[in-house]
Amino acid sequence: MKSFEGNILCLDRADINTDEIIPAKYLTEIEKIAMKPHLLEDLTLDGFDPATDLEDIAVIVTRENFGCGSSREHAPWALEVNGIHVVIAPSFARIFRQNMFNCGMLAIDLPEDDIQALFDLCNNGGGRLTVDVDTNTIRAKGKEKQLTLGFSISEFDKTLVKTGGWVEYADTNY
Amino acid sequence: MGKTIAEKIFDTHLVDAPFGDVSVLRLDRVFCHEITTPTAIQDLVAHGKDRVFDPDKIKAVIDHVTPAKDSKTAMQGKILRDWARRHNIKDFFDIGNNGVCHAIFPEKGFVRPGFTIIMGDSHTCTHGAFGAFAAGVGTTDLEVGILKGVCTFKKPETFRIEIVGTLRPGVYAKDIILEVIRQISVNGATNMVIEFAGPVVDAMNMDQRMTLSNMAVEAGATSGICLPDMTTVEYLWPFIKDEYDSPEAALADYTKFCSDPDAVYAKTKTIDVSDLEPLTTFGYKPDNVKPVSEMDNTPVDQVYIGSCTNGRLEDLRVAAQVLAGKQIAPTVRGIVSPATPDIFSAALEEGIIKTFMDAGFCVTNPTCGACLGMSNGVLADGEVAAATTNRNFNGRMGKGGMVHLMSPATAAATAIQGHIANSELFSSQEEI
Repeated sequence: MKSFEGNILCLDRADINTDEIIPAKYLTEIEKIAMKPHLLEDLTLDGFDPATDLEDIAVIVTRENFGCGSSREHAPWALEVNGIHVVIAPSFARIFRQNMFNCGMLAIDLPEDDIQALFDLCNNGGGRLTVDVDTNTIRAKGKEKQLTLGFSISEFDKTLVKTGGWVEYADTNY
Repeated sequence: MGKTIAEKIFDTHLVDAPFGDVSVLRLDRVFCHEITTPTAIQDLVAHGKDRVFDPDKIKAVIDHVTPAKDSKTAMQGKILRDWARRHNIKDFFDIGNNGVCHAIFPEKGFVRPGFTIIMGDSHTCTHGAFGAFAAGVGTTDLEVGILKGVCTFKKPETFRIEIVGTLRPGVYAKDIILEVIRQISVNGATNMVIEFAGPVVDAMNMDQRMTLSNMAVEAGATSGICLPDMTTVEYLWPFIKDEYDSPEAALADYTKFCSDPDAVYAKTKTIDVSDLEPLTTFGYKPDNVKPVSEMDNTPVDQVYIGSCTNGRLEDLRVAAQVLAGKQIAPTVRGIVSPATPDIFSAALEEGIIKTFMDAGFCVTNPTCGACLGMSNGVLADGEVAAATTNRNFNGRMGKGGMVHLMSPATAAATAIQGHIANSELFSSQEEI
């Protein structure tokens, strides 16, 4: 199972799409690692600089409909090779969400209030969090606050995260 | 309790329901292209699982970057080509025979009502126009589809959108789907199937229905389904005439998938298109939509006519009607990509290609081309395009570029004027 612990990057915008996560011109790459320098390259957002702000980040907290647009699994791969295995948002585009779990990573839906609480927690000097998949718990720590949040994922999604993906599961079962 | 078409297709394809809420479906088709499939192939090879579940149900095409533009895209083509040969995938479309996946696969008769279809491409929802459940998936789902012929989906709820009224001349399926997305937003149908219904959809031909279904994903939908009817049967007849005694027999077989009158919908909406004007997008999201009349002073550098949304014969015919005898503005680069070789040939015979060339357009081979900024027709920073494609995301057609989505008629008029403009097919009606 992958690691689900580390520093949080807050992206305060809804509908961040897959072209912003990894532009189509990099889809000619066959190796995942080639996406590493290009994560979120085309995202224009006040106060965000992809060249410096992705260092040592393990978790993205963002707004609704993250990952809309293309089906490219290059989007979760670009996150994965940058050490980001968790995205937390009020909602996700269907294909992106499925791709995250198929890769053994987490796309966690939380209510808007919990998302706002995480944004607030990170507001002064950033934050860290840990996701415990066994107890469905998120423990977040900012400079001034701590927060424990529950979440739910389906048993199937949990199985994918724990077994490392859908290919092995399907080849064994079908 | 009645069922929707999506529920009926799920019921007839269910293999397993592990953990209750997940449906593992048997797949009738797995479509492949050279951008998302090679990584799946490489992974299967690396894990000693270089197998395919059924070479006759897998269809493959090189369409996104063709002819190859560099060593990397050449290698993507080679991986797909070598794989298709070694697994005896007979329906593989390469240089000379290739075209945009969501245009060429329906044209070859590979899509049928009631089918389940996946592809590593979000616009796979296009094939819902035939009454199929067709969904875009990532590379891992594609890989399992290739290997085992199954895919998982949560049972989707259905959003029924009824299109009523009478379209004004010069207003098209593209304008309708832009209006749908404007009304329900880019997140309005996430995790749902959109079922397009109503007299306007019933009167559409298959090219128009494919334009409608193609952009369902821009509202977040898993698939965009039109109910099968005699229009569907007539399109498919050359491919199914040996399977059925008559078109009526085929229709009876296909309509068993149609939603029951007492089917339960998660959401319903009725849109009257009688007053609809031609529309275009203005921002970086497909739901940023305005009437063309409110955008008509926007200069453009490039006009692109093509793609899985609007690169079919009828689209080219409409654009050529607007362009006939005219020249595009000297400040505009016009590019047209007929979506398939058959469309290209028909457009040649009808004189459409000559009309485009006489007007000053560059005609490319069938390809996804300029749509996604990874092949030809890339915009420079700060440039503006008018396009018949489906996505206006930031950087979509090239870093720093802006894309305005519109119908082929509006795109052709825009090319002539040099700025976003309504076509005479619409404007002349205004004056009457």
